[in-house]
Amino acid sequence: MAFDSFQDFLAMGGHAPYVWASWGVTGALLIGIVLHARAERRRLLRMLQRRHRRQAATNQTSHRTGGERHEA
Amino acid sequence: MGKIWSFIHKLGSPKWFYGISARLMPWFWTAAVVLILAGSVWGLAFAPQDYQQGNSFRIIYVHVPAAFLAQSIFVSMAVAGLIFMVWKIKVADMAAAMMAPLGAAMTFIALFSGAVWGVPTWGTWWMWDARLTSMLILLFLYLGVIALRGAFSSRDSGSRAASVLAMVGVINIPIIKYSVDWWYTLHQPATFSVTSRPAMPMEMWAPLLIMVLGFYCFFIAVTLMRTRSEILRRESNKRWVRDIAGEQG
Repeated sequence: MAFDSFQDFLAMGGHAPYVWASWGVTGALLIGIVLHARAERRRLLRMLQRRHRRQAATNQTSHRTGGERHEA
Repeated sequence: MGKIWSFIHKLGSPKWFYGISARLMPWFWTAAVVLILAGSVWGLAFAPQDYQQGNSFRIIYVHVPAAFLAQSIFVSMAVAGLIFMVWKIKVADMAAAMMAPLGAAMTFIALFSGAVWGVPTWGTWWMWDARLTSMLILLFLYLGVIALRGAFSSRDSGSRAASVLAMVGVINIPIIKYSVDWWYTLHQPATFSVTSRPAMPMEMWAPLLIMVLGFYCFFIAVTLMRTRSEILRRESNKRWVRDIAGEQG
């Protein structure tokens, strides 16, 4: 351990603003990137599922009405 | 040679890439989290302080990994662009499209942490030093690649324009690398070198090495994940993509 106490650690020997600003911005960006990637994937899967259900529904209707235009 | 070709073509198939990346991704996520957490604790709390810079030196543990990635991502993007242009492999273009914002973010981290670090160390947050200037140009190149990709009404034109700019812009990478040797004005020379021993004691460079490796794993994991999303987006009319939606819905 390079510090004697937690207060010492936070103070960073007087360099707290510089150290914590750099680390804070980096951490926030990394976490933001991960959250964005996850949200993007979920959004796409939801969109695909909606489309899938819609298509399945149309197919059923066209079967019932004897329509020929359902998907090959 | 035959094996390599069939590998390249398999890799070029979005479906195959989607499958293999699903198996690879958890390993890179795990490695990224473990390495970055371990490197952070070691670098922030356990590494000794620098005898000249004191604790402001701990900025190195985010600054150097981000600067490494900023450059590596640009090279990866240029290589992906080349693969797309020469072999028309769409997955390479999708990966390149996903790399650009990540590379821009890493360049921003490197510039920001460098500026903040410069205040207590050099007494200034900015100077038109060769290393700083060439990194700023790298940020503009990233933004240019992103803007150019979106500037065309046809996706293929945008992809090709972005690939060309990435391939031309990669000339900036050796300039960044050697800037500290060619015009040594403000920024210190390279921290890591393959050929010589590190100038820092082990307790200082070991956490840095861990952070660099962690950032690389993070880059690979994010790129795999987002390229998978991009495949779903671009191939949403393909049968196998609709099947995925069916299985999960």
